[in-house]
Amino acid sequence: MDVKVYVDVLAQFSKDGVLVPKIITWEDGQTYEVTKVLDVRRAASTRAGGVGERYTCIVSGQQVHLYYEENNLWFMERKTR
Amino acid sequence: MKERTILHSDINCCYAAIEHLHHPELSGKPVAVGGNPEERHGIILTADYIAKKFGVKTGMPLWQAKQICPHLTILPPRMDLYLRFSRMAHEIYAEYTDLQEPYGIDESWLDVTDSASLKGDGYKIANEISRKMKKELGITVSIGVSFNKIFAKLGSDYKKPDAITTMYKEEYKQKAWSLPVKDLLYVGRSTEKKLARIGIHTIGELAQTQEKFLISQFGKVGSILWTFANGYDRSPVRRENVQAPIKSIGNGTTTPRDLENSEDVKIVLYILAESVATRLRENGFSCKVVEISIRNKELYSFTRQHKLSRATNITREIAEEAFRLFQANYDWRLPVRSVGVRASDLVADGYYEQLDLFTDVEQREKMKKMDETVDVIRKRFGFYSIQRGLMYQDRRLSAVNAREEHTVHPHSFF
Repeated sequence: MDVKVYVDVLAQFSKDGVLVPKIITWEDGQTYEVTKVLDVRRAASTRAGGVGERYTCIVSGQQVHLYYEENNLWFMERKTR
Repeated sequence: MKERTILHSDINCCYAAIEHLHHPELSGKPVAVGGNPEERHGIILTADYIAKKFGVKTGMPLWQAKQICPHLTILPPRMDLYLRFSRMAHEIYAEYTDLQEPYGIDESWLDVTDSASLKGDGYKIANEISRKMKKELGITVSIGVSFNKIFAKLGSDYKKPDAITTMYKEEYKQKAWSLPVKDLLYVGRSTEKKLARIGIHTIGELAQTQEKFLISQFGKVGSILWTFANGYDRSPVRRENVQAPIKSIGNGTTTPRDLENSEDVKIVLYILAESVATRLRENGFSCKVVEISIRNKELYSFTRQHKLSRATNITREIAEEAFRLFQANYDWRLPVRSVGVRASDLVADGYYEQLDLFTDVEQREKMKKMDETVDVIRKRFGFYSIQRGLMYQDRRLSAVNAREEHTVHPHSFF
């Protein structure tokens, strides 16, 4: 299975022009609320394969990375065991 | 004058590295980026280090690469993606200096002399850049740190991948001078051979040769190479965003089949010349120099240029000059694989003209009018609505649409 998972994101543009993700819909249709964004910076994901603005978010009490690619798609890394 | 700190940063196996990042499933496997075999641009553009170990090289036909490295994954190039990465790399460099001069898509010189007080010395800056490239872009760079551009570039080539090499004043004699002379910028295959004939094999040997003697052997270039080898190069790193005015307009193509005779080459040269001349006219230029570049089947290439007696943007004059240059300089030992035409030493159209008694001015005026008419017809009815008779001799060759092929050329060093 691909580690790179494209997700639907409901996001907000603040009046300062900052883009903040609010709700993530995983590939199984389950939605998750982003409770907090801890950090935003450009970063490469070597696991999923891609580069974008990386949002470090708190979702359901866990820290996850959400990437916003330059082609306007959002992706996340699938957890592999 | 204050000593400068110059960095030369080179993205390792640029295209292949970017593809690796986007294909994590290929991690640890040999990957190369190569042209589309259908259109016969079937050569390797970049191979990663694993493939290189098998002997895969840039310029090698795809079938040959497959033969020596059977597990090789060959991916088609995605130029827009690479350009995007190139731009992101430039953004990282820009955090350290505004004196940034790109050399091709994957290399840049940076003058960080004035950043030292804020960001630390050259080596430290190089380290930071290298770390950022890895974290933010997922690719590695090799960086050379020195006091001039030439040695900085030698430094970035010195150790790969993911390495930083300093070539400071107290080091270059042991590090740079033992390198083969071909590593020096502007020492190509033929210069290397010539140098070998007079017993010069390393950069050090070149540096310690009398400048006068080199000039007697190579002319002006001899003096330049001597300057390079001794670390006397003082050429500045050009400031970012200062686009030099158009210096030349050119076009080249790899043809759908090998060109076997002069007639074949003539067809392609004329198409290219047409597109070059059209672009000159569009931009209101005439050129005083016509240059051709020829690459044979074994990828050996050369360029020849000629200064015209009068500036022109007349298609026929440029095409005829290009063809004449070709006829005078090609020996037909091997078929030709790709061809380019370039117009340089540009002047504004309507530049004064010295008339003489022997040129038929009226005839030239007529040719100009004809070109303008053809331009208008093509604009209204499409490029193929009007063609030279020559183009009907081989439809496959003349179908090469020179205007839409675009290549990324580094600005010349000078």
